[in-house]
Amino acid sequence: MSLLEIHGLTASVGDKPILRGINLTVNAGETHAAMGPNGSGKSTLAQVLAGNPAYEVTGGSITYKGQDLLEMDPEVRAQAGIFLAFQYPVEIPGVSNAYFLRAAYNEVRKARGEGEVDPLEFADIMEEKLALVDMDPGMLQRSVNTGFSGGEKKRNEILQLAVLEPSLAILDETDSGLDIDALRTVADGVNKLRDRNRSFVVVTHYQRLLNYIVPDFVHVLAGGRIVKSGGKELALALEEKGYDWLTEGEPVGVNA
Amino acid sequence: MSSSIESLITKEYAAGFVTDVESDTLPPGLSEDVVRAISEKKEEPEWMLEWRLKAFRRWQSMPEPHWPNVKYEPIDYQGISYYSAPKKKKSLTSLDEVDPEVLRTYERLGIPLNEQKMLSGVAVDAIFDSVSVGTTMREELTKVGVIFMSLGEAVREYPELVRKYLGSVVPYSDNFFAALNSAVFSDGSFVYVPKGVRCPMELSTYFRINAADTGQFERTLVVADEGAYVSYLEGCTAPKRSTNQLHAAVVELVALPGATVKYSTVQNWYAGDKEGRGGIYNFVTKRGKAFANSKISWTQVETGSAITWKYPSVILQGDNSVGEFYSVAVVNNRQQADTGTKMIHIGKNTRSNIVSKGISAGEGNNSYRGRVQVLPKASGARNYTQCDSMLVGNRCGAHTFPYIEVANNTAIVEHEASTSKIGEDQIFYLKQRGLSAEQAVSMIVSGFCKEVFKELPMEFALEAQQLLGITLEGSVG
Ligand SMILES: Nc1ncnc2c1ncn2[C@@H]1O[C@H](COP(=O)(O)OP(=O)(O)O)[C@@H](O)[C@H]1O
Ligand SMILES: [Mg+2]
Repeated sequence: MSLLEIHGLTASVGDKPILRGINLTVNAGETHAAMGPNGSGKSTLAQVLAGNPAYEVTGGSITYKGQDLLEMDPEVRAQAGIFLAFQYPVEIPGVSNAYFLRAAYNEVRKARGEGEVDPLEFADIMEEKLALVDMDPGMLQRSVNTGFSGGEKKRNEILQLAVLEPSLAILDETDSGLDIDALRTVADGVNKLRDRNRSFVVVTHYQRLLNYIVPDFVHVLAGGRIVKSGGKELALALEEKGYDWLTEGEPVGVNA
Repeated sequence: MSSSIESLITKEYAAGFVTDVESDTLPPGLSEDVVRAISEKKEEPEWMLEWRLKAFRRWQSMPEPHWPNVKYEPIDYQGISYYSAPKKKKSLTSLDEVDPEVLRTYERLGIPLNEQKMLSGVAVDAIFDSVSVGTTMREELTKVGVIFMSLGEAVREYPELVRKYLGSVVPYSDNFFAALNSAVFSDGSFVYVPKGVRCPMELSTYFRINAADTGQFERTLVVADEGAYVSYLEGCTAPKRSTNQLHAAVVELVALPGATVKYSTVQNWYAGDKEGRGGIYNFVTKRGKAFANSKISWTQVETGSAITWKYPSVILQGDNSVGEFYSVAVVNNRQQADTGTKMIHIGKNTRSNIVSKGISAGEGNNSYRGRVQVLPKASGARNYTQCDSMLVGNRCGAHTFPYIEVANNTAIVEHEASTSKIGEDQIFYLKQRGLSAEQAVSMIVSGFCKEVFKELPMEFALEAQQLLGITLEGSVG
């Protein structure tokens, strides 16, 4: 059984259709890259998977671990192992990163039938996780994403990923805003988290990230559909030729 | 956008039960005879009765003020009973003599009065309807000379101290509700910390309204003598009733030269139901007078009451004195709050700091009203005011009324204000990490209030955070 199966998925924002029939299967342990020009619907797909109520699913189905994902509330999805690293992480002023992360960690643990951890136990766990993304422990005392640089925000998302240990991690443009060194660190962190029970959907506009996080499959989105799928070599072809050759006759963005 | 924030379900008010005790209650109505009866029940000296009567006569000539940004049906002052006390033996010498039902009430509220069970480091005075039912830890306090007892007892045991300070900060003629309180106040707490003494524990008063159709008019007087330090906390609850009940308290703080008084309130009076039926009218006058080099700090977390109307203030009388006001006020459903502070700079180099966090949810209406006044002699005075409002949903309101009067050109007065909406994107972000909508809102709001919570003693900060969560429960879908 596959981890995630998406069939004929359509979704809109307001009255505007954005996804126009997505089909995608992700098996346990696979890493899929979703590429495509700006406005092609990559983030929309990511948000729909996470259950953002701002996006309305108008058709199709999503099965996750054999269950109807569309019936699940966002927090239930998270507890069931779906993690979204946001393209634009949200600031929560006044709430320390450590407090927030522990609360999230405990919710996910409870859902797995495991006990909650106290702040001291949590501090031990964090030590290892911080090292994974080369983050300063001082970041834990700062308010969630508040006043973080673009790069710090992205790194903080991957830290959360490392803590919550999801089954399906969706990374939305994690590479944007990162300089080359930070990109390497973050990619290394992600690579260490790859294993046969964890799947990734890596959303990116550029193929640069895929030099570091090498995908098993690459899909190209255009106009709210997957217009081409292939292996990692497809990313290289895109790098060389751009998106135009794939989107001939298709509107690129849904605005077009 | 905020359709998910719209649906409202109200969480039960956990402190809303009624205790069945035999009580000694005056029939409704207010007259000189009632004032005399209260004074007599309390076995008060003549001067106290005279003071009450002067206040009563003054009150009769005063119009009820209507300038706050709150709406309510006229109050029938003749329909209220001005005194209710659980029946007891002649006088209480220990907690063992308190009606066990009353003790159980406090247990249910999470405030055990039994000394063995007390939080170490906190002394409690429990006020049940009109009277104090017992003060704990008294012995330990006596050792260092701290007086902590009900005001009623203090009037009898320390008349010279009470007479000197009572009304010295809030005169009986101050305002309509203060005059009413001065005439009929039933009990409250009295604290005196002698020169140079640092009070070894938190002092705390717990107010409980139980009887129906009674008003609660307690009066608290805290005096910190030169160089003394005291931290004082008050908590409040009341049963759920479908009629409104009036609570018109007065709190006076005196910080003599070099003293520090910290006064914290966690107010959780019954707020009424979703349609706005019932709930407490919390009309309170709180003021402190700060002498040279002293400091008065008010911290309040206001989550309950149908209507809250209070402005804990500081008269910065002495040079170099400091006044602080940290406030969180939350309104949900039909609650209304008009609260803030006054900082009156009289002495030189006086400083004041105001941090106000207003949270409005449901159809609640929250107003911040603050006055910063710098008098001509207050050279070098400084004030900093930060006033933030947060809206949860689309049907609530937040209003800010800052008044600034500066009569000395060396003063520096700064005011910053912000209004934000709790974001759907914030809620979704937290849900995506596995938190429920309620946990998400509670976390966002606690973060918003952090600067105020950190002023509260530890256990109370946790309680305040929980109360906030309960008050806002159901404010998001
Ligand atoms: N919340 C939203 N409100 C209105 N339009 C949106 C919203 N989110 C996405 N869109 C529109 O949907 C289309 C796809 O956007 P998106 O999924 O963010 O694309 P990508 O991530 O591939 O750049 C764009 O035309 C964008 O403007
Ligand atoms: Mg995007």
